[in-house]
Amino acid sequence: MKRIITLTVQDRSGVLNRVTGLLQRRQFNIESISVGRTETEGISKMTLVVEVEDEQRLEQVTKQLNKQIDVLKVSDITEKAIVVRELALIKVASSSQLRTEIHGIIDPFRADIIDVSKDSLAVQITGKPEKIDALIELLRPFGIKEIARTGLTAFLRGYQPQVNDFATYSLSK
Amino acid sequence: MKVEAKLEFQTSTVPKTGADLLIDLLINEGVETLFGYPGGAVLPIYDAIYRARGRIQHVLFRHEQGMIHAAEGYARIKGKPGVVIATSGPGATNLVTGITDAMMDSLPLVVFTGQVARSVIGTDAFQEADVMAITTPITKHNYQVQSIADLPRIVKEAFHIASTGRPGPVLVDIPKDISAGNLTEDPKEAVIDLPGYQPTIKPNPFQIKKLADSLSKAKKPVILAGAGVLHAKASAELTAFAEKHKIPVVTTLLGLGTFPADSPHALGMGGMHGTYAANMALYESDLLINLGARFDDRLTGNLKHFAPHAKVAHIDIDPAEIGKNVPTQIPIVGDAKEALLQLSEETAAMDDLEHQAWLEKLEQYKQEYPLWFKHDPNGMCPQWLIQAIHKVTNGEAIVATDVGQHQMWTAQFYTFNKPHRWITSGGLGTMGFGFPAAIGAQMAAPESTVVAIVGDGGFQMTLQELSVIYERNLPVKIIIVNNGALGMVRQWQELMYGNRISESILHTQPDFVKLAESYSIRGYKIDNQEDLIAKLPEIFAYNGPVLVDCRVLQQEKVFPMIAPGKGLHEMIGVKPV
Ligand SMILES: Cc1ncc(C[n+]2csc(CCOP(=O)(O)OP(=O)(O)O)c2C)c(N)n1
Repeated sequence: MKRIITLTVQDRSGVLNRVTGLLQRRQFNIESISVGRTETEGISKMTLVVEVEDEQRLEQVTKQLNKQIDVLKVSDITEKAIVVRELALIKVASSSQLRTEIHGIIDPFRADIIDVSKDSLAVQITGKPEKIDALIELLRPFGIKEIARTGLTAFLRGYQPQVNDFATYSLSK
Repeated sequence: MKVEAKLEFQTSTVPKTGADLLIDLLINEGVETLFGYPGGAVLPIYDAIYRARGRIQHVLFRHEQGMIHAAEGYARIKGKPGVVIATSGPGATNLVTGITDAMMDSLPLVVFTGQVARSVIGTDAFQEADVMAITTPITKHNYQVQSIADLPRIVKEAFHIASTGRPGPVLVDIPKDISAGNLTEDPKEAVIDLPGYQPTIKPNPFQIKKLADSLSKAKKPVILAGAGVLHAKASAELTAFAEKHKIPVVTTLLGLGTFPADSPHALGMGGMHGTYAANMALYESDLLINLGARFDDRLTGNLKHFAPHAKVAHIDIDPAEIGKNVPTQIPIVGDAKEALLQLSEETAAMDDLEHQAWLEKLEQYKQEYPLWFKHDPNGMCPQWLIQAIHKVTNGEAIVATDVGQHQMWTAQFYTFNKPHRWITSGGLGTMGFGFPAAIGAQMAAPESTVVAIVGDGGFQMTLQELSVIYERNLPVKIIIVNNGALGMVRQWQELMYGNRISESILHTQPDFVKLAESYSIRGYKIDNQEDLIAKLPEIFAYNGPVLVDCRVLQQEKVFPMIAPGKGLHEMIGVKPV
């Protein structure tokens, strides 16, 4: 099962190494990882998407991550009400004739063209991963030259429903 | 948590170097002994050690592996971190085995490694190794010092992390330009700033209640006592609790001595070479209380058959241990002593637990299936040798072993009635550990009798430290259980690999007596029982180091045994074969 795990960490050298090394040693597959600074100086946040076999292994990895001295907090937010975003840059083969057509495709996705050259253009899109996947599929026929994705970043919504019947964000495709 | 601590400098002579500051900080931490080996990247530190003569002692070992095992033995007996200094590159990489060993057995170490100057880090400079990356998975935490101003905080944090919660090794990598750099002012305070590190000491009272409640209903309770009891210094509490409620106690290999082996409620060691009674108690129990043990696979055997009928309560200061190997119904995070005190209070009114039938059954197992060995009139039995050492030392010695058959025989036949007498490499099973660990123990407890019981194989991995016991006149008694083989390997080859004895016979041996003499140490060679009985008192009465080459029966095996993949109830060699 795929899980979204966020870590609040002290911004000290080696902390990313510790986290990924720990996951590697326990044979967890990291699907994506993103790290960046937070509102507090010296504190960073990591968002990991990992594939975990079962609850027991998930609990183990959470505990092991928590044990790291520089890790302040570990949360599995998969089942919470969360905001999830990813950014992707997509370089598509394109001529001047095709540009309008591509425009028409990316517009509903609220994506932007951020670079244009003679035979290609670069599209920038942010959103949930499946939205990005969908756009990539639509652009594929034009010929995709390069894709760069940031991996997920996420946090809890300001309001967490008290009951369990809210629609959870699903990572399954 | 934040702790502010004033530094008391004995010499306030600005300018001085980062290395001088480091030594001041160590003295400030109460460090008396450094286990070290010099080299280019730590020359500034050694210069500072020279200047600090008389304020701190440094012991020069002959190999970094030897000194770090010595620091482990020291930590085990002293209950304080062993402090190690090694140079960059090869000095640091020679520590890897010892650091891993300390990590596995939760021993507090603070390890300082030199590093090349910051300006050349990452350039494959002479004697550069990426020590931070190498030691990340084998330390509780590690640091690379980036500024002299950080030294006070880092040293304070390193000692704090190494010795609190679940103890472990902490490494501090110091670039040469930091140790050689000049201080511009005396740092006056060190602030520990570790918001992510708050070990839980006091257990949750609700969980303790749950355990007390389960205990009142249990028909077959058993306590499994591990090294966590030692770290918490909770042996007295454990003994009082188990004896009051007549709860039988199994100890792990590292937990030997936490509960008196001669108590009627002691079942001895559990696991691969444990007693039948201990393993059957684990197997048949309906309430298993794990106190500071980590359910190592050498203890549990095949997990499918581990305590299959038991409700499991696990008390551990490291939450990540709970549920790691064995599903746990009553998880209790906390210090073993705190937990026992709370539990004793909670169960104070419970006088007679109804498990008489259980005690009788276990007593029957103990009587019917004791540990055994057969005397051979033509040679010396290793088990008998261990008993003879027990006798001559009154069971009071600090005993360090290496790894192999002799280790298991010592665990089985040197009955440990008190804690802090037993030093062995349990988790990593490190050959070469025993002798240097005994040196560290002797340094921690100069008045105690310290015996190193080692195999002829493992001793040859770190015997160069004979220099140290001579130089320091440390009266360590080295007993080589010499079977001319890598005995434990040979045992497995005999039993599990169709008797194909592949590369486990030591066809040539040094003359150990001459070897000892070449280091100016007394040596004895003994190959029969009478001789041993005659010489042992003299060996132990002598106030100096002694090496005894004991020629024992080569074919002797460690029994009983749980073969790999088998369950606790499937022991072999329970009865004399
Ligand atoms: C560093 C290291 N290498 C290899 C082993 C594997 N090993 C475990 S026991 C053993 C044999 C030990 O022989 P010896 O020291 O003579 O002791 P004995 O078993 O004969 O008592 C070996 C090779 C180990 N534990 N540690």
